[in-house]
Amino acid sequence: MAFALRPILAMTAGAVALAATPALAQNAPGVTATEIKIGNINPYSGPASAYGVIGKTIGAYFNKINEAGGINGRKINYITYDDGYSPPKAVEQARKLVESDEVAIIFQPLGTPSNSAIHKYMNGKQVPQLFVATGATKWNDPKNFPWTMGWQPNYQTEGKIYAKYILQNHAKGKIGIIFQNDDYGKDLLKGLKDGLGDKASMIVSEVPYEVSVPTIDSQIVQIKGAGADILITIATPKFAAQVIRKVAELSWQPTHFLNNVAISVGAVIKPAGPENAKGIISTAYLKDPTDPGAATDPAFKEWAAFMDKYYPDGNKLDGSTVFGYGAAKTMEQVLKQAGNNLSRENIMKEAANLKNFEVGVLLDGIKINTSPTDFAPIEQLQMQKFDGEKWERFGPVVSGESS
Amino acid sequence: MELFLQLVLSGIANGAIYACVALAIVMIYQAIHHLNFAQGEMAMFSTFIAWQLMQWGMPFWAAFPLTIILSFIGGVVIERVVIKPIENAPVLTHVVVFIALFTIINSMAGFIWDFTIKPFPTPFGTAPVLGGGLLSAHQAGMIAVTLIMLVMLFVFFRYTSTGLAMRAAAANPASARLVGIRVGWMTALGWGMASAIGSVAGMLIAPVVFLEPNMMLTILLYGFAGAVLGGLTSPGGAVLGGVIVGIVENLAGAYIPVVGAELKLPIALLLIIAVLVVKPSGLMGRRTVQRV
Amino acid sequence: MALNENIKFDGKLDGVIETSGAAVQEKRAVIGSAVTIIVLALAVALPFLVQGFVVFQLTMVMVYAIAIMGLNILTGFNGQFSLGHSAFFAIGAYTAAILMDKFGVSYVWTLPLAGIIAFGAGFLFGLPALRLEPIYLALATFALAVATPQFLKLTPLEHWTGGVQGIVIIKPDAPFGLPLSQDQWLYLFTLAVGFLLYIAARNIITSRTGRAIQAIRDNPIAARAMGVNLRLYKTLTFGVSAFYTGVAGALAAIVVQFVAPDSYTLVLAVAFLVGMVIGGVGWLPGSLLGGAFILFVPNIAEEFSKGLSGAVYGVILLLIIYIAPSGAGGLLLKTVEYFGKWRK
Repeated sequence: MAFALRPILAMTAGAVALAATPALAQNAPGVTATEIKIGNINPYSGPASAYGVIGKTIGAYFNKINEAGGINGRKINYITYDDGYSPPKAVEQARKLVESDEVAIIFQPLGTPSNSAIHKYMNGKQVPQLFVATGATKWNDPKNFPWTMGWQPNYQTEGKIYAKYILQNHAKGKIGIIFQNDDYGKDLLKGLKDGLGDKASMIVSEVPYEVSVPTIDSQIVQIKGAGADILITIATPKFAAQVIRKVAELSWQPTHFLNNVAISVGAVIKPAGPENAKGIISTAYLKDPTDPGAATDPAFKEWAAFMDKYYPDGNKLDGSTVFGYGAAKTMEQVLKQAGNNLSRENIMKEAANLKNFEVGVLLDGIKINTSPTDFAPIEQLQMQKFDGEKWERFGPVVSGESS
Repeated sequence: MELFLQLVLSGIANGAIYACVALAIVMIYQAIHHLNFAQGEMAMFSTFIAWQLMQWGMPFWAAFPLTIILSFIGGVVIERVVIKPIENAPVLTHVVVFIALFTIINSMAGFIWDFTIKPFPTPFGTAPVLGGGLLSAHQAGMIAVTLIMLVMLFVFFRYTSTGLAMRAAAANPASARLVGIRVGWMTALGWGMASAIGSVAGMLIAPVVFLEPNMMLTILLYGFAGAVLGGLTSPGGAVLGGVIVGIVENLAGAYIPVVGAELKLPIALLLIIAVLVVKPSGLMGRRTVQRV
Repeated sequence: MALNENIKFDGKLDGVIETSGAAVQEKRAVIGSAVTIIVLALAVALPFLVQGFVVFQLTMVMVYAIAIMGLNILTGFNGQFSLGHSAFFAIGAYTAAILMDKFGVSYVWTLPLAGIIAFGAGFLFGLPALRLEPIYLALATFALAVATPQFLKLTPLEHWTGGVQGIVIIKPDAPFGLPLSQDQWLYLFTLAVGFLLYIAARNIITSRTGRAIQAIRDNPIAARAMGVNLRLYKTLTFGVSAFYTGVAGALAAIVVQFVAPDSYTLVLAVAFLVGMVIGGVGWLPGSLLGGAFILFVPNIAEEFSKGLSGAVYGVILLLIIYIAPSGAGGLLLKTVEYFGKWRK
């Protein structure tokens, strides 16, 4: 990263000083006695429009809050704009939200490129860029960017967990990797390589694919041809499903690791054929709505009831609806904690003061924790293996630091 | 060597997809002398219709022909409603209308069927046919259907009076009108047929790549490349071109060091452009002589 | 492809004006200058009347207008077609970003350099590509647009381009201690650059070279018979067109403060094309309308429906095309012709 951090550093001192005296701070713009304005940016059009579901789910959840009377008597006025996954458009929309709509915060803007584009602006303006919807590692940087915070576990942590497992259980393996050639794919790959350390020579084949390719069949042929017996798939749902099916078609039986953006049973495994996915190893932090055990889980019943009532058009197979629901609940908790002191400083302070918060849709044992020096709300993952029907979790809940 | 053969085989399998689309592109080029950027989206939408019919309980072999008929009607309707009013507008205006159609169809599909991937059934089964899973029964079937369509189109354009009239209407509308061809309806018919062929291509491709609204987004470029490489006037060339694109892309990705894997598509396209510089009418296209 | 048929109305517009008597013509010229001055004065005043983010939006409109102007020089006056101008926009943007970030070059100097490098790229691309027939040129440029993001994130170049993460740059302040916000200053700066480029484009078109370029569009064979070096002029035009788009890209990088591969996809190239057609192919002032369309219409579409914003955008586009099949320029020409007849 070729960032120029110096001007931000100078600013940070001031921001910290302000945060220390929240009682004096005034409520943020966009906050009145009856309303709080929250901005959001999502790709509702263009090639990444599949993720627009997250923005819609959040809107539906805020409707639910408002119908129940809001938070502390304030209803949430949720303003969400489309950036089509284009960084220049994200800048335009962020400025519109901050300068024209005068929102208190921007919550869950989606995508690494879009968030990178507005990162400096938000911190310069001292407007919270809260719980961004991307797993890049750079969002946990409270020293240089005190107004930006991530939400989901970062991709590098996930990579490190697979590396550790491989070193412990398949130390003599030959690793083949297929990865999406973008910020997310490369971040996860970096975590994996960092985790392997001086054993990185175990990697015999490392093949990128572009999201624009129709199929990844030939990449898999190539990796198999290189003699790999461990396959690590760093791919989004559609391509992950293609990988799972192609591996089966080739009658190839590597030890298969699959990244957790593509573990939805309904949206990935079923289309690819559950029998083909048997034995795949992955990690998880969110519960899976298509897991056969979900029907009896009270948290899931609550989620399903929410979906039926507030987002009936939404597809329950789509993991993005669970994701958006979890993120919106975290936001609700922060606002509850902030009470009537809704200055931007205090919202940020409370976001950095989540202690063992349980979202319900996170796996049992995974809790949200933040502090002024730790801007990574979800840091824990659990490993799991697909048994041909559902994911079987195994081992302890592991966090980024311990792996 | 074994890897080389495997890559060629899987290249042919991918190439079959491109060939299908290339064929639809050649079809509409014959009929209207334009490249329709919305063609891929129309095919995607048709495939969703087929999927929806099957969701409602219709068996594959009923949904398949019904989708083709519906797509044909849809193509004619689009021509009559959207394209007819601007038939005399400049070419670039047509391009913009295609872009508008593209966004409308893509957005509607996402709105109606959302963006999660959907498995699409294959009538051929998925048993491996050749090379230990490199070519599945479905892919072999896809190649066979493409070839059948190819022969049918060849016969249609060469031996039927409608086919000849359609080519005449596209090549020289004024003269065609003078000999009594109803040029307007020929264009509409061309749109209908292109849409129908597109729907077949979509239904063949969907089992391989999974059905979702962005399924055809870039396949269109590959098909376009295949069609141009083979020669836009030749259905046979389009199929050949599509397959060559698939193979070249695979080999470039595996054998060119450092940048090959990241740039396999640009390298393949560069090679095609190099071929076109040497052989401007494509591999099997006819040279058109420009009148002064 | 009969690309050359209906895109000559810039000449026709002049023709309509010229056919009226000399006195009327002079009067028209005065009116023309007056209109230009009033528009400019309004444009200069604008950033002091609206909010900061609107100033940002208007700056982006002008940036896109400059890029469309570049495309218009190619398509409108030389009859060639490009679906790949996002590539030159990206080259300009990355040139500016790398020069500012790695070498500490002032943003002002990055513009000419970005333009020159884009010119070089356009010229080199044009050399082989322009041997192709229009429809193949469409494929070649289409391919260029698709390949651009892939080149930008190429691993061996990561040290310079920042790879998938892109480059963040610092927004310049107004110079000489002028009491302007960054937004206002960049707006005025872009306005000045855009106006200069517009004047330059008009001069090129009416020059000897410009007439040769248009002769190629109207009748390539006759042009060749008259001794016009077809390939040289075509390639030069492609280079000039890329120059304009490259400068626009550099401006965009400075205004947005960020470059990344995802900013320069095929979607952008398509937007340029749409903007050009909406403004009127071959009518340079129309580029500004095209820029406004690119920026504002998606926002309008989004107001109607989040889920169907793409469809609404498409429908708006269709409606505009039905009203003005040759863009705003075509509509203006029709109006002028209509009133011309009516007077007689």
